[in-house]
Amino acid sequence: MIDLVLAFDLILMTTLISLAWLLLASRDLFRAVVLFIAFGLLLALAWTRLGAVDVALAEAAIGAGITGTLLLVGLGKLGSAERCRRTPRPTTFLQRLTPAVLIGIIIPSVTIILLLELRQLQIVSSGQQGLVLSLLDISGTDHPVTAVLLNFRAWDTLLEKGVLLLALVSIWSLDQARPLFHQEAPSPVLKGLSQLYLPILVIVSGALLWQGGYAPGGAFQAGALLSAGILLAILGGRSLLPAWYGMPLRLLAGCGLLIFILIAAATLLAGNLPLQYPQELAGALILLIEIVATVSIAVILAAAVAGGHPAEISATEQQQPPSSEGTS
Amino acid sequence: MTVTEIITTMLLLASLPFFLAGTLGLLRFPDLYCRLHALTKADNLGLGLVVLALIFQADNVQQIIRLLLTWLLVLIAGATVAHLIARKARGDGHKHWSRQ
Repeated sequence: MIDLVLAFDLILMTTLISLAWLLLASRDLFRAVVLFIAFGLLLALAWTRLGAVDVALAEAAIGAGITGTLLLVGLGKLGSAERCRRTPRPTTFLQRLTPAVLIGIIIPSVTIILLLELRQLQIVSSGQQGLVLSLLDISGTDHPVTAVLLNFRAWDTLLEKGVLLLALVSIWSLDQARPLFHQEAPSPVLKGLSQLYLPILVIVSGALLWQGGYAPGGAFQAGALLSAGILLAILGGRSLLPAWYGMPLRLLAGCGLLIFILIAAATLLAGNLPLQYPQELAGALILLIEIVATVSIAVILAAAVAGGHPAEISATEQQQPPSSEGTS
Repeated sequence: MTVTEIITTMLLLASLPFFLAGTLGLLRFPDLYCRLHALTKADNLGLGLVVLALIFQADNVQQIIRLLLTWLLVLIAGATVAHLIARKARGDGHKHWSRQ
């Protein structure tokens, strides 16, 4: 059985490396994006094989799903002329490699390096595990990854929320959101699908969020699912009320970072280090941060796909910025 | 090997021809509509057999429900996506393949 597992890992690694090469060397950008999504999904499988289910979930939802959508939307804005890289553009080093060189030298050597790394990893992986597990019962959660992300290293997660918000601010400063999906009326089948899937996605996202307390899951994965629900609702022809474009949308996008900073300030005022929760409140605070962060991440990701700042309220007739809901 | 393991193996093996047929159809069929047809039909049945195979390995009813739900959602999403691609292709004036 061990050999079968090894064969599976080898096939997976070879496929990953080949896909990476194909997508980097592809002259057709659409093909490259589709390959990127496939790469992301297989990478999620690789994370699962490494036992990092949290990372796998995040990779599948954000790395493949949302990033793939962003790239596809960006491609749609490029126009057909620029989609093919045929116009004078220096061929990259990777494009000059012939498949024979790739298959003969690069894939085996990279695979062997990865295999060696993998064996190293199994020896080292117990590094901080014992420490985290021994502190788990004061962390306010039963899942070690959540304990690290939202308690022991909550500072990193706070900064991550800041990075997400900064990305959205950058996108908003570049352009105004244009109707992405509404060249024609949405197909009735798509409308039906969005009606069916929106509640399911909201429920599953809530379940994933709650599950973060004791198993792989959490705000990022739940937020990505929720934003998929929002995007599906937009595709199905729903849109946000114009009154929501201004402050409410900005507040929703910013609340994930805001709640973190507020809690950091509160713990500081209480005489602890920033984000050093009182032990009996840790569970509740983590849950509060996760719930707010999920909504905020969902709004940020969906707004990022819309590709620009929302229109001013006076000129909103044609605009379709992200819809949002507070049902989670 | 227990009985459930044998059933699982048989079902997984039975799913392989469907994935193979779907992949072959995607690669070899003459036009976009035929390729869509091959992809969605074959993958749905293949995935159904995989789900059925995994049900025999499930520990509790909750897992079985989750597996069935996964299949159902993929079925609906696959059919919808195929419809959307075909609709867009038809709007863009993609011609049907015919023997001439």
